[in-house]
Amino acid sequence: MTIAAAPTDLLYSGTEEELRSAVRALLTDRCDAKGVLDRAETGRPHDPALWSTLAARIGAAGLLVPEKLGGQGASHREAAVVLEELGRAVAPVPYLTSSVLATEILLGCDTAESAPLLRELASGSTVCVPAVPLTLAPGAPLPAPVRDLGGGALTGTVTSVADAVAADVLLVLADTGLYAVPAAAARLTPRVPLDLTRPLATVTLEAAAGTRLADAGTARAAVAGALLSGAGLLASEQLGLAEWCLTETVGHVRGRHQFNRPVGSFQALKHRLARLWLDVASARAAARAAADALAAEAPDAPLTVAVAQAYCSGVAVRAAEECVQLHGGIGMTWEHPAHLYLKRAKADSLALGTAGHHRGLVADFAELPAP
Amino acid sequence: MTATTAEHLLARVRDLLAAHPPADTDRTAFLRARFDAGLAWVHYPEGLGGLGAPRSLQAVVDAELEAAGAPDNDPRRIGIGLGMAAPTILAYGTDEQKQRFLRPLWVGEEVWCQLFSEPGAGSDLAALGTRAVRESGSGDWIVDGQKVWTSSAHTARWAILIARTDPGLPKHQGITYFLCDMHAPGVEVRPLRQITGEAEFNEVFLTGVRIPDSHRLGAVGEGWAVARTTLMNERVSIGGMRIPREGGMIAPVAAAWRDRPELRTHALHQRLLELWVEAEVARLTGERLRQQLVAGQPGPEGSGMKLTFARLNQEISGLEVELLAEEGLLYDDWTMRRPDGVDFTGREAGYRYLRAKGNSIEGGTSEILLNIVAERVLGLPPEPRDDKDLAWKDLSR
Ligand SMILES: Cc1cc2nc3c(=O)[nH]c(=O)nc-3n(C[C@H](O)[C@H](O)[C@H](O)COP(=O)(O)OP(=O)(O)OC[C@H]3O[C@@H](n4cnc5c(N)ncnc54)[C@H](O)[C@@H]3O)c2cc1C
Repeated sequence: MTIAAAPTDLLYSGTEEELRSAVRALLTDRCDAKGVLDRAETGRPHDPALWSTLAARIGAAGLLVPEKLGGQGASHREAAVVLEELGRAVAPVPYLTSSVLATEILLGCDTAESAPLLRELASGSTVCVPAVPLTLAPGAPLPAPVRDLGGGALTGTVTSVADAVAADVLLVLADTGLYAVPAAAARLTPRVPLDLTRPLATVTLEAAAGTRLADAGTARAAVAGALLSGAGLLASEQLGLAEWCLTETVGHVRGRHQFNRPVGSFQALKHRLARLWLDVASARAAARAAADALAAEAPDAPLTVAVAQAYCSGVAVRAAEECVQLHGGIGMTWEHPAHLYLKRAKADSLALGTAGHHRGLVADFAELPAP
Repeated sequence: MTATTAEHLLARVRDLLAAHPPADTDRTAFLRARFDAGLAWVHYPEGLGGLGAPRSLQAVVDAELEAAGAPDNDPRRIGIGLGMAAPTILAYGTDEQKQRFLRPLWVGEEVWCQLFSEPGAGSDLAALGTRAVRESGSGDWIVDGQKVWTSSAHTARWAILIARTDPGLPKHQGITYFLCDMHAPGVEVRPLRQITGEAEFNEVFLTGVRIPDSHRLGAVGEGWAVARTTLMNERVSIGGMRIPREGGMIAPVAAAWRDRPELRTHALHQRLLELWVEAEVARLTGERLRQQLVAGQPGPEGSGMKLTFARLNQEISGLEVELLAEEGLLYDDWTMRRPDGVDFTGREAGYRYLRAKGNSIEGGTSEILLNIVAERVLGLPPEPRDDKDLAWKDLSR
């Protein structure tokens, strides 16, 4: 039989709502759609000033880090709320990569060598991203590791590394263990990304030197764990994104008149938007369940995460596609931010495992094997 | 004011169980005693089966009684009474009506049905034409008309009924709400066979049916407001239930998949996983709604649960028939029967497939519910309409 459901708390606590307000206020002030687009067009989408306020002043970067290591000692539930808001603003900050994935890898290693770096990550003073492809999924085989040519001379190429251009440090999974490599020691070749707000680069290491943080076995387990958390929390980013698309579209069709009526009074559109609202409300339950299961280290967390990813990816893409379509010609323009959301949603649907990959995981956990 | 904490309620449950040990108490006697102890629906007022306690505490009482092996009131069989008649009587009834009707309703001694829909008025319920005319001497009402798709009319003792009392007014204004005795002369119930082969619902013909004015609910001409209370409760009654993971319609399909590897194909696997995920997400959405209700922060999600379940039930039961391959060509039994209620678990895949088609029609169609979500939740403009100010008798039919 399939794993019984662990008890969950699917609501938001008062503290979580306060955190949300703080993040939302900051983003409203400092991260409007026009600013995001302008920045993206320069080819350098990240906003370091916004990042330091979010990371250090609000303390978002250290949410997952225990207090004794300089973090907030909060949980995945709080990090999920931050990601909802970042998704709502398609904010170009390395939160998912540095404050979630890299942080979880370091926490998973739990070695004396990883502690100092973790402190820097928690304070937001250092941006650290894992040198793995953004598409790497929990439950998938890890890619062939970078090779250690001896004495920590790391050599190899990793493609589609998200936020590498904003990183101070890269976490490199090598055959001999996990290494912290200064970004300056690697060759970064930026690629043109579908999602303008989360840049990608190819990372090439040619006998690069790094600090060894953990042995190979520990490193691989830590990466696997981080991918699970990352996938679970990505659902919250997708939720926030979908919510923005729905709200914006409802606002638009209420105000836009054709045929002497608001277009939002036509039933074909009302029904589409009502269905989308239902999907978003369901995505909220799925994303909250994943965050809560990760926070509680519930035995069914891997299943709950797979369910959230199998569901929320599709909702975010659908919401963004409906947003473009129901805005008509305006939705097709470069000036209107709808495309930023569409691009993020579509890229997110590949990040950390596609819905299809996660359904495959559901098949394993729920004991519904393929033929 | 009685204290209404969980401990207080549990103490009352223990007293009830001590005074009426379920093992050697007659079922009806036990249920009556439970009602009188205020443990039937704890959020109802004292004296009417409740204690004015928070609704969320009902689950505590139910669990405790279930654990003690106490009988339940077969809520599935009396769903219309519990979900629709009772809250409306509570909101609009006179003291006499509440005293007379609520206890036998809850105990299940008197089954209720809902005489709302008519051949010419389903989604547009307010267009109904069944007439109620007041007799000058007695003050009684004489009702003539036809209702249709009436679930449980064949087992019902009482009905909630809406009828037109003034055809000269616009359609929403000339309606009055009644409690109708299904055993009164002039009430004729004819089974209406449905696509499953059985007759779960009926046609009801009302010919010169006499209803005393004391069985009117709410003021004359105010029936639409009363009916809205009923309809709101009808749609709300779904979301608050707790279902286990892989509960509901997905259970038999998943079981067939596990037990019968010879049925598996890759195409069916993909659809099964998609629906398994959607069913799990629906469970979580329902759970989140329940937690919101308990925390006193009801969200609009409730308006959506019926839509979701209707769609999922239909898609999942459709998949189940396909999965069964040759067996899917067969049906368990077309015998015309008159069941007490819907039997999704006791019957086979073909029945589930056919019966689930009603899920998006009964209790408001999915199209009407989507309109409601669009207008009340999202604030989108209402449909343009020209029937609001015309007298009912002048409407096109
Ligand atoms: C199994 C079952 C049990 C039932 N039990 C009861 C009962 O116990 N008591 C009772 O009173 N009634 C009962 N009903 C009746 C039910 O409430 C009605 O069938 C329902 O409200 C739809 O009305 P209708 O059948 O007249 O369809 P119509 O209103 O004629 O609708 C036909 C189609 O048009 C669509 N439609 C109608 N208006 C609109 C609109 N404005 N916008 C978009 N689409 C629209 C509908 O969604 C539907 O698809 C039951 C029905 C079923 C199937």
